[in-house]
Amino acid sequence: MVRWLVAAIGLVAMAMPVRAAEPVEIGIGYLGRAGVQQKLSLVEQPAENDGVAGARLAIEDNNTTGKFLNQRFNLEEVRLKEGEDVAKAATALADRNGFIIADLPPDGLLQAADALRDRGTVLLNAGAIDDRLREQDCRANVIHVAPTRSMLADALAQYLVWKQWKRWFLVVGSHDKDKLYADALRRAATRFGAKIVQEKTFEDTGGARRTDSGVTLIQRQMPVFTQQIPAHDVLVAADESEVFASYLPYRTWDPRPVAGSAGLVPTSWDAAQDQWGAIQIQNRFVKLNSRRMTALDMQAWTATRMIGEAASRTNSGDAKKLFAFLKGPDFSVAAFKGTRLTLRNWNQQLRQPILLVDGRMVVSVSPQEGFLHQVSELDTLGVDRPETKCKLQ
Amino acid sequence: MWRRCLVSGTVLWLAAAAPASAFMAYVSNEKGNTVSVIDTDSWTVTKTIKVGQRPRGIEFSRDGKFVMVAVGDDDTIQVIDAKKQEVVDTLPSGPDPELFAQDAAGKVMYVANENDNTVTVIDLEKRARIGDVQVGVEPEGMTISPDGKILINTSETTNMAHFIDTSTRQIVANVLVDARPRFAEFKHDGSELWVSSEIGGTVSIIDPVKHVVTGKVTFSIPGLRSEAIQPVGIGMTKDDKTAFVALGPANRVAVVDAVSHKVTKYLLVGQRVWHMAFTPDEKYLLVTNGVSNDVSVIDVAAQKVTKTIQVGELPWGVTIAPQ
Repeated sequence: MVRWLVAAIGLVAMAMPVRAAEPVEIGIGYLGRAGVQQKLSLVEQPAENDGVAGARLAIEDNNTTGKFLNQRFNLEEVRLKEGEDVAKAATALADRNGFIIADLPPDGLLQAADALRDRGTVLLNAGAIDDRLREQDCRANVIHVAPTRSMLADALAQYLVWKQWKRWFLVVGSHDKDKLYADALRRAATRFGAKIVQEKTFEDTGGARRTDSGVTLIQRQMPVFTQQIPAHDVLVAADESEVFASYLPYRTWDPRPVAGSAGLVPTSWDAAQDQWGAIQIQNRFVKLNSRRMTALDMQAWTATRMIGEAASRTNSGDAKKLFAFLKGPDFSVAAFKGTRLTLRNWNQQLRQPILLVDGRMVVSVSPQEGFLHQVSELDTLGVDRPETKCKLQ
Repeated sequence: MWRRCLVSGTVLWLAAAAPASAFMAYVSNEKGNTVSVIDTDSWTVTKTIKVGQRPRGIEFSRDGKFVMVAVGDDDTIQVIDAKKQEVVDTLPSGPDPELFAQDAAGKVMYVANENDNTVTVIDLEKRARIGDVQVGVEPEGMTISPDGKILINTSETTNMAHFIDTSTRQIVANVLVDARPRFAEFKHDGSELWVSSEIGGTVSIIDPVKHVVTGKVTFSIPGLRSEAIQPVGIGMTKDDKTAFVALGPANRVAVVDAVSHKVTKYLLVGQRVWHMAFTPDEKYLLVTNGVSNDVSVIDVAAQKVTKTIQVGELPWGVTIAPQ
């Protein structure tokens, strides 16, 4: 009887498949900002899941790779409510995740970074383009995946100079971030040999972005606003606040192209990008999310893929090991931009080509040919090592 | 006078003997939606065949009667009759086919479908899809081991070479390589598998038995930034002694000592060089230059570029009729 039982147990044991080791779990948090920025153009209005949708796709991609390496990636999504404490939310996420992808305003990002400083949690900044976060306010536990304002401005300036549109009429919005963008554009003009022939501020006097008889009024306002300007080749608009720039094309007093916040726009990604195998990620994204992929989606995708890349290269799920790899000399990631992306080791900013898009097509990709650099041509975009104010701590 | 006559007679005799080496090369033009046919005797395009949208991977059938070309945006593989020089059939390839490989008998074809992370298996006689293998993200490079037992597929975002047993169609090993692996090629003796990484900028040498990377070919061209060196197509001579590696926007083909894995020479070709094919006598190597819309002809023994032939818009793949 006992013998029979033993034999039966033996048979059962044999029939059971060999159990694979439990996969290594890699937790990634996503911390999204409260509210959605209003856009002038209805077709550009961001979706509720702008950004996080890219992270979700990268989790799928990471898991396809992970099944060959016995790694499993999980995304924990948190979106802040208006007035909610950032540090608290970040700390709660850090309890379960070694990495947090952050789409936060600059001050919120710094609060989160400082709250997590002693825990070893790494923040990947996917949403804030402020240069100060990589300069005087840089933090050792933050990797910046989003490009900076200065990278965007330099990318645009290189193209305008290549095109011989060197005389700029600069129109600046009245909000702080518009002024920061204007600063970056002025710096770019000086660096690459363009001249700002005149500057004008467009005051935000309030008012709705959608009105029933909007066009009629705008058509009268914009030509008047742009008249009596010295000879210029292009109008460059700094309007991150989405107050006026999209009203300018086809309405300027002089027939001149518009660039900056409308017309020809520098960006990390566009739904029209189809070079370098990009059509594949565009297709995967549309299939998963039933909409097209934005720059924020791509920044979150890249951040999540960077973690996946570090995990497969180190064959580890240990956040410390992964962070060390990301900061090390062997790290690079492919992100459908025709070149490998690496980190600037002095401030942990991801080097990347910048697309110049018109809303329908990719017009060009910077750095432009002929802008040379002793380390990487990608370092012709943005604040370079000799100018940096960052001391990583 | 007598002597001059003899000399010109010899020249005439030489010229008459030359056409013995004439082959037909087929070049897929990614943007032009055409295939250019090149006569390797006159080195001219003798015909331009209209095909489907976005033709890339292109290969002769084993019997030399057909040319198969993956037309990615039409989600199929078209079959060109090499005699009629026109499209006569299509194969059920699965979505967005890019590169494919055939078994030695020419009966089974394996297709990389970039859009759904699978390799599709096609019975070439029945023109039917007979299986799928799930692989990594964005499958691309495809090749079969000389003994026919292992199919290699590379996945561009997963960054792996997947080893697939051709009898069971199961993955038996995965080898991590540098970023965006695009092309895989075995040595003819089966001792090494070479995988090019476009973004990583290297070629990994893999031991096909132990499934480990044993070495890497690295490239460095004075005056050129390293990001511009993007290895894609690989060609290996039959004696396994010399390999040619197309370096994409570096506009060069590297000549590699296949034993020491060191680059011995860089040949300047056209812009964004993609893929390559040897003539069956291995005298010439044809490489496609994606941006300059031409094909460079390399004299294999002399290791020199001898000719450039204008083809269609954005040439990508090339295949040459077997003898």
